[in-house]
Parts: sequence; structure tokens; C-alpha cells
Amino acid sequence: MKIVVCVKLVKVVGDEVEFTADGLDVDSDYLEHALNEWDACAVEEALRIRERLGQAEVIAVTAGDKKSEEALRRCLAMGADRAVRVDSAVTDPISTANALASAVAPESPDLVLCGVQSSDSVQGSTGTALSELLGLPRVAVVKKLEWSGAGPATVHRELEGGLVDVVEVDTPAVLTIQTGINQPRYATLRAIKLAEQQEITLVTAPAGGDPAYRVRRMFTPPKGEGAQMLKGNPSEIASQIAVIIKERLK
Amino acid sequence: MSVLVIAEHTRGEVRDITYELITAGHALEGPLVVAAIGSDPGALDLNRAGVDEIIHVRVPQADFENDVYQQALEALIAERRPDHILVGFSVNSLGYAPAVATKLGLGFASDVFAIRREAGTTVATRAFYGSKVHAELDFPGQRAVMLMLRPTIWPAAGAASAPPSVTERNVTIAGSRARHKEFLDLPKADVDITGADFLLAIGRGIGDKENIALFERLSEKMAATLASSRPLVDAGWMPSSRQVGQSGKTVKPKVYLALGISGAVQHLAGMKASGTIIAVNKDPEAALFNAAHYGAVADLFEVARELEKLY
Repeated sequence: MKIVVCVKLVKVVGDEVEFTADGLDVDSDYLEHALNEWDACAVEEALRIRERLGQAEVIAVTAGDKKSEEALRRCLAMGADRAVRVDSAVTDPISTANALASAVAPESPDLVLCGVQSSDSVQGSTGTALSELLGLPRVAVVKKLEWSGAGPATVHRELEGGLVDVVEVDTPAVLTIQTGINQPRYATLRAIKLAEQQEITLVTAPAGGDPAYRVRRMFTPPKGEGAQMLKGNPSEIASQIAVIIKERLK
Repeated sequence: MSVLVIAEHTRGEVRDITYELITAGHALEGPLVVAAIGSDPGALDLNRAGVDEIIHVRVPQADFENDVYQQALEALIAERRPDHILVGFSVNSLGYAPAVATKLGLGFASDVFAIRREAGTTVATRAFYGSKVHAELDFPGQRAVMLMLRPTIWPAAGAASAPPSVTERNVTIAGSRARHKEFLDLPKADVDITGADFLLAIGRGIGDKENIALFERLSEKMAATLASSRPLVDAGWMPSSRQVGQSGKTVKPKVYLALGISGAVQHLAGMKASGTIIAVNKDPEAALFNAAHYGAVADLFEVARELEKLY
């Protein structure tokens, strides 16, 4: 039994933003990094399946540069058995799926879990694109997963407005995991230390085709009218808020 | 040039995003064709201004299954060769649109909120890095482009003065590997936040489960209904009946007071039509300040404490 989890080291922009000289991305000095929240839920779900079935190998896979191994080490610290990095530049979701597929396909996994989306790109598309490249069935936006380890799985797909679609999916399958399906475990300090020593398998990225899109320019959004900012100390702010509320509820 | 729009429907009802896609398609060149995929596509109301042709794609499955939509869409693209394919940035579309784009080698981008044609090129705008930056994308070398468009950006297309031409089409479905079994409605809730005039909404900024009680008390004092953003529901701190946003409720109160909500796109979709939006957040760059009418950069606990004194 093999469960592959695809993860991403996401970039988080702080209070200030500066762009690279070519204007096509944010300057890396202004970025922080973290394991994508949705992917942490996918890892947790894989670990729970392993615990439930008694045996399974959980393999974390990412596509990115050396830095992106931080995401894999976090997965190892959570309890993944091993990790694979496809050495590639992260671009559009289809190119990313192509890179991931080169590492996932040779594993012949019984199940592939991805996060629904990454917090820095919010394309929601990599898992579904990956399923196509692997020739596997898929379900996107899974909020609940029931699977005996063989045969079809029953999943809850979370639709807009909270409506749930119960779906029976053949396996092996690719599922994209929604937050709220579980609370990802914390890695202990000891596990984080141990994960630093673990070997990460490196895979060379396949030659890519045309990217699905090209970034022409990146910019900070026009502020629009924006909010009228209330000034003062908390007491003064509260008073102004109370006045506005009273006025608007009339 | 032509535009193909894929209609979205759930339990026999056309979803609003379909009409928004029709409006968005006007920015592109050529006739606009809407395809309705289902067991009874004729029952769906698609007579909207700007639609040149409706294709009823008849399949055995009444409800959405991603393999069915993928096969139907691939057949349509092979037959019609549209330059632009527009689908909603929705849970259903996420199940098949990226797969079709991958298989056919189309230009592709999702959660797009602006499109235009410029010197024969399609330019799509979307956000990155928690909506803190925007990017313009183009699609060099691509024969056709599939765009997943963000809901509630474009106005819905109005009714058509004359019905467009309708084409009936059957598609043979080779198989469906992810099959719809049933729908489960949300359990009946203790409260209907969509009916409230005044919502006090709390988000990740409240920090800890223990703090929920503080805001329950504050909402009672202020005669507000307590609502929540998604992370608190995911954490199990708040019931899903209180969740505002794309996967929760769409609300339109007279006053929406948001404490510690950064304003993710999915949250904004559920509350941006509120009469007056007041946002309190300690992050001056919180995206919600762009959608709010009033904002305050402050510690939400201190503001909450002061508010409590006033009620």
C-alpha cells in the first residue's frame, strides 16, 4: 500500500512588497515560507489512513528548488516515510503537475492526495491536472474520506453553500483535500530534528512543453476607494464603530 | 473566433456563475455558445442576452460527474474548436477543467477576475500571494485558452429578447470513475445568519477557542448575530451554520462588523454585498480593508473590550 501526498512550500507576503527587477514576481526578500495549509491536511489524512489500515507507506512529493525541501522535511516530521523532490521551477499548475507526475507515476501509488489549492496561487488545479497525466480518476475538494484500502472509496465533495455531494470513486485515485477534513498534527521538536537528517530523493524534471500561461507583469492591486480608516485609541475606535452601527441599523 | 461557455447547474437549477460567464464572454471576440450538459438540458433556463447558440448535450447522468463533463467538453471542443472556453471557478469545474486543459494542451488560468483582448492577445488578470499582488497573464503559442472565472465579479446576463438557436447533441459516455451517489444538505441550523441585520463576524485573529465565549457575550450585548470565517469552522470552534463565504452562507446584513478577518477571496464572495462593512484587524494590509467601508488597524481584543462597555 502506497499513498503519495503532493505538497508545496508556499510563499507568504508580509506587510511590504517589492518586485523583482523584471517586474514578473515578488522579490524573494519579501517572502516567508510555509508548508501549504491544505497540503498539511492531505498529509494528515494519509497518516490517518496508514494508522487505520495498520500498514501503508506515505511518500511526500514536491516540485521545486532546493528551498522547497523545507516542505518535505515538515511532512517527514509529521510522519511521512520518505520524500521526493522533483527539481523544477514552480510555474503554472499544469507544468507543476507535469513535474509531479514524473515522480508519482513510477511509485504506482494506491492513492494520491493533494491539497485543494495553494495559499499563494489559489489555482485549485494541480491535483486534477495530475490525475489526467497519471490516467487516474479524481475527486476535487474532498471534505471526508472513507476507504477500506481496496476498491472504491466514498468521499464527500464540499460544494458551494455547504451542500455535500457523496461520490463513489474508483481507486487508485487522486483526491484534492479541503481544510477542515482533519486537524493536522504538530511535529514534535525531536521529529523535526530527525527529519533534518533524512535523505530526500531527487528526481530530474521532465522537459516541459509550452507553459499554460506567461506572467506579463505583476503589481500591487489598485487600492480602489478602500475603507475609511478610523483613527484613535481602541476606546475612540470603539465609539466611532458604535455610532456607525447605530446610524446604519436605524 | 468563438467563445464556449459551460453552464453550471446543481439539482436542476442553473447557478448564477453561468450568467456571469455569459457577461464575461462579451469581452472576447466571436459568437458565444453555451453548452448545457445533463440528462435534461432543455429544462435549464439559458435564454440570456448575448447568447448566440445553446447546445443541449444529453448524457445519461442527471447530476455532475467529472468524467462525464470531461468527455462531453472534449467532444464539444473537437467539434467546435472554440478559441476561448469559459467555466466557473467552482468546485464542479475544479474536477474536470484543468484535466481537459492538460489533455488538450490549452492555455489555462484559474480564479481569473478580469479578461480583455489587446492587440489580438488574450490577457487575464488574477491574484497571487493572498491577494496582495495581481498579475496579468497571457498565453503565447496556445491555440485555445480555458479560463476559470471567479464568481460574483461580472454581473449576471439579463433575459434575452429573442430565444437563441438550440442545437441538440448526444454524447456517448465511455464510463464514469467518480459517481454521484446523493446530496446531503447542511443540518438544520439553530440560527439563520442570512436573515440577520447585524452580523458580528470573527476570524482567525481571535487566536484561541477559549476566546469564542468573549465574542458570544459581545454579540449578545450588541444584539448582533455571531458569524465566522472558515478557519474557525475548520478548527471545530464554530458550527458550519455560522460560516460566511463561498462554502458557507452568502449574507447581506445592514451591518457587517468583522473582527480579525483578513478577507480571503472566498470570504469576500459571501459578504461583500453587505450594507456597511466595518473591519478591525491589526494587519494594515488585510485584504478586507479594500472591501470594507470603514476600517481600523487595532488590537481586536481591546476594541471588543471597549465596545462591550458601550452596550
